[in-house]
Amino acid sequence: MSSTNKARAYWKENIKYLAILLSIWFVVSYGCGILFRDALNTINLGGFKLGFWFAQQGSIYVFVVLIFVYVRLMNKLDKKYGYHED
Amino acid sequence: MSVQTWTWILVGVTFALYFGIAIWARAGSTKDFYVAGGGVSPLANGMATAADWMSAASFISMAGIISFAGYDGSVYLMGWTGGYVLLALLLAPYLRKFGKFTVPDFIGDRYYSNSARTVAVICALIVSFTYVAGQMRGVGIVFSQFLQVDITLGVIIGMAVVLVFAFLGGMKGITYTQVAQYCVLIFAFMVPAIFISIQMTGNIIPQVGMGGTLEDGTYLLDKLDTLHTELGFKEYTQGSKSTWDVFAITFALMVGTAGLPHVIVRFFTVPKVKDARKSAGLALLFIAILYITAPAVAVFSRTNLIETVRDQSYTDIPEWFKNWEDTGLIAWSDKNGDGKIQYVQGSALVGKKPEFLEGRGVYGERLISNASDATNELYVDRDIMVLANPEIAGLPNWVIALVAAGGLAAALSTAAGLLLVISTSISHDLIKKQLKPNISDKGELRWARASILVAIVIAGLFGIYPPGFVAAVVALAFGLAAASFFPAIILGIFDKRMNKQGAVAGMVVGITLMLGYMIVYKTGLIGIMDPLPPSDWWFGTSPEGFGTIAMCVNVVVSLVVSRMTPKPPKDVTDMVENIRIPSGAGEAAQH
Repeated sequence: MSSTNKARAYWKENIKYLAILLSIWFVVSYGCGILFRDALNTINLGGFKLGFWFAQQGSIYVFVVLIFVYVRLMNKLDKKYGYHED
Repeated sequence: MSVQTWTWILVGVTFALYFGIAIWARAGSTKDFYVAGGGVSPLANGMATAADWMSAASFISMAGIISFAGYDGSVYLMGWTGGYVLLALLLAPYLRKFGKFTVPDFIGDRYYSNSARTVAVICALIVSFTYVAGQMRGVGIVFSQFLQVDITLGVIIGMAVVLVFAFLGGMKGITYTQVAQYCVLIFAFMVPAIFISIQMTGNIIPQVGMGGTLEDGTYLLDKLDTLHTELGFKEYTQGSKSTWDVFAITFALMVGTAGLPHVIVRFFTVPKVKDARKSAGLALLFIAILYITAPAVAVFSRTNLIETVRDQSYTDIPEWFKNWEDTGLIAWSDKNGDGKIQYVQGSALVGKKPEFLEGRGVYGERLISNASDATNELYVDRDIMVLANPEIAGLPNWVIALVAAGGLAAALSTAAGLLLVISTSISHDLIKKQLKPNISDKGELRWARASILVAIVIAGLFGIYPPGFVAAVVALAFGLAAASFFPAIILGIFDKRMNKQGAVAGMVVGITLMLGYMIVYKTGLIGIMDPLPPSDWWFGTSPEGFGTIAMCVNVVVSLVVSRMTPKPPKDVTDMVENIRIPSGAGEAAQH
């Protein structure tokens, strides 16, 4: 692969990861925590109404996990294309 | 030992620690001063970013705001954490690869234009100054509440402390002091939260305790919803803002967070692109510890407050109530003359703050002159929820003192980070890049130190004489950052076709629209017009949420204008391709 093609392929995969991760980001916060909270509030998680829990707790846990998943995915991708530095 | 003695000891010890670190981490070059030599480990950078980010407002006010706003408070929780996902995925790695010192550096180079750089410098200065004024005020308030020091003297002490570690060490000194400050503030926040969780729900983890049961077996949140309904408030878990407005505010806060210059600049301090990603994750992890605890504290303290004061005779009220009444954060007027505290929905006062009269009432309460006609008799300042929490729960004196030390750590660390952005904007973006390009490294360092000195004095003056608009504008700083920086940076990385004309047009339209909306609906123009009422808001969007709309307009304008004007030059598109690839970041020093 020429270096331009390689860079292009790397960028494409990167964008794919971003699209997936940001969709999850959107769904947990704006979806579960805001738009669909009334529906989710009919479900209880211990003492929490589920929509309320997503808005004040759940979305934040997911955010943290998302970034670390991204770090892992990108480290692998960097290795695959030989862009890693150790 | 008394609370005061404990407070002096803890504040003294933590300050001595900060000084020690400052002397150890002196800066020798501009690279040390701007980006801590570019050699900070991701872990240390994560902690420092967290301390930088969590201001006096996060530490002292946020739990209180949530406590009174219930579900509506979620906008801050999601907004101020979700922004880090955007930062980690869309900005930090690429800006690190770009490898210079500041946000205006990126805007100026990517859009091959000194006017774009100047617009960015001005935005950075506006955002940072409004923000830092609030921090200095916060320092003053902590000193006056806990140590009975005059606010002015408190601000001056705070200025002196920041001066030592920012002036000597620049980013290097600030980064390592912030690591220490993070540890102090998170410990100070967690200890009372854990104690109270055990007291109320028997659970050692506040996040679990929040969804736990009380002694009588009812769920805490159900109990709080019932209390709220009985007193005429909206249910705690429901809130009263419209779904659209919650959406808009959350989005504006997230995007604004990712666009704040003092946060972005953090990711220039780590050695590699890989480290920038990891460090953003660690930063969010450290921030999240406080942000998932705050809503639990909010629920505990809200329930505690209602149960303690509701229909209670003033003469039987616990000691802490009277202490905070003395500082003016609580006020009660016995409107129906029964000697009991009626706490229900409605404002107890005409205006925002109680105006106290000389002398005491029949029960020994402080008299106020601006009681309203509403049934509600009690005014409670939201900040009390964190400050008085340990006292309300009857925790030992050293825990109360710890909260003071934590509040100071939060305020000082954020102030230092912002002051550095201000000084960098002046010495690097203005003097080195525009006025005196041939200045030596030593000369630039002198300018950097001189401008930090001036910035501290100005920030201190804002803290001592707070202009009325500061409080209103701090909340809107996020909207401004969202409407200006964020689209310009994102499009600069992800849209190769984006050019100077598009970006400048977008930034100018975005920030003008945002400022206009702020003035019309929030601040008004002093002496000319009052702000228009919420019924006139566009699509029911509050000024806090308007950043979302202004940002979308910015993006559309940028895209349209860029497609109608010439392509960016070849060397700029080459640069964009280069920053998309992580390897070869080098040091953040190439001029």
